[in-house]
Amino acid sequence: MEPYSEKVMDHFRNPRNVGEIENPDGVGHVGNPMCGDVMEMYIKVKDNVIVDAKFKTFGCGAAIATSSMATELVIGKTIDEARQITNKVVAEALDGLPPVKMHCSNLAEEALEAAIKDYHQKQKKN
Amino acid sequence: MKMIYLDHAATTATDPEVLEAMLPYFHEHYGNPSSIYSMSRVSKNAIENAREIVANALGANPKEIVFTSSGSECDNFAIKGVALAKQQKGNHIITSSIEHHAVLYTCKFLEKNGFTVTYLPIDQDGIVKLDELEKAITPQTILITVMHANNEIGTIQPIRQIGEIARKNGITFHTDAVQTFGHIPVNVDNLNVDILSISGHKFYGPKGVGALYIRKGIKITPLIHGGDQERRRRASTENVPGIIGLGKAVEIAGKVMKSEAIRQTKLRDEFIRAILDNIDDARLNGHPSLRLPNNVNISFEGIEGESILLNLDIERIAASTGSACSSSSLEPSHVLLSIGLTHEFAHGSVRFSLGKQTTKDELDYVVEALPGIVKKLRAMSPLYKK
Repeated sequence: MEPYSEKVMDHFRNPRNVGEIENPDGVGHVGNPMCGDVMEMYIKVKDNVIVDAKFKTFGCGAAIATSSMATELVIGKTIDEARQITNKVVAEALDGLPPVKMHCSNLAEEALEAAIKDYHQKQKKN
Repeated sequence: MKMIYLDHAATTATDPEVLEAMLPYFHEHYGNPSSIYSMSRVSKNAIENAREIVANALGANPKEIVFTSSGSECDNFAIKGVALAKQQKGNHIITSSIEHHAVLYTCKFLEKNGFTVTYLPIDQDGIVKLDELEKAITPQTILITVMHANNEIGTIQPIRQIGEIARKNGITFHTDAVQTFGHIPVNVDNLNVDILSISGHKFYGPKGVGALYIRKGIKITPLIHGGDQERRRRASTENVPGIIGLGKAVEIAGKVMKSEAIRQTKLRDEFIRAILDNIDDARLNGHPSLRLPNNVNISFEGIEGESILLNLDIERIAASTGSACSSSSLEPSHVLLSIGLTHEFAHGSVRFSLGKQTTKDELDYVVEALPGIVKKLRAMSPLYKK
């Protein structure tokens, strides 16, 4: 396998925003232990802006680094801006991923999407 | 700090003595063994000497040894070679579900070409079920191929009994001994095998050289055509330095194998106990005692193998994993799934394989480093809720 970039290894060694948020405004659970990747993303939203994001991930180095980078990218963004954060954006922010690991960045995008969807559903209920 | 290398099942460092024995055959005695002049006789004689060393170690006749390029080539040659040679007699092959891919994918290839294959189940320790083997045999069965010891979980198979069953039924029996030869005794008569694969770099020999034992009288079709080398069973100019290196590695293994097996078995068992004592929710994969002296395979619940390996690498420790994340497929190791592990546990496996240079101090260092790594990864795992 191609080696990971320094940025991936930095986020793997010192992942940002690990953990859960109490009473989150949105949660996304994605992935499947069968495939070796499970990601949970929690967001806190205030006035349509994501003020905090945390994650928990079961997975390889790329899965952990992309989760960490995704949380870092969404904090401070409006919901609409956060929607623009695709897997490609996350991978590029990490200076790229080895080709066999690109599916891990899909998971980060899906987790974020799921958290935003959950946020909207909770808004409707209120 | 020096790297702590615990991946000897993947490959070993070439022994300096082996390298020294090989060097003259690159630039001094470089004659083609097939040529007629005296310079070539030196390389020819050296090859035949290596052949004798390998044969003696196996309890075989030198004429029964064919040098190849690798363990994978040996497995391909054995299986495709017997399948082609005996296809008039039958088209059924029996193997186990935990073979190396060099065996499994060769069998899959033959399935696409008119052969049928039975993949024997194994028990929770990784041992082939002999009653299932007997039930699988049909009049069409031409080959049984079961590995001597598994490369991932280290379980040693009842090869002698499998060989007995094969012989009783007139079926050719091949075993992949890549993980055992040079590490534990391998005698072709004791084991009742007809064909046996060996790879040089797994026991301190060079990469790119293997040997296939083929019992006298066994029918096999060559894979590589184009010359009369290796008694017309494998064309191509011989890898002279590689073959000399393989011979030297076998010679050295003969001297140190017994004491190393005892030393490594003791280190192995202490290492396993220390890990299981220090880390909750971890399990040993493979048989507790019928296992390679150097193999330790442990699954850690709730965390994934590649992220464990990367953390070990940061601590300068080299090991390997059966997790899918280290390959391009999403499926974890077929071996770990076959012994009944859940996908989660299979993804969380790490294999440490010891070697001649491995010391107690090195293993103690790993035992100290591991709990912190496991704890850190579990703290960020959504699957570990304890």
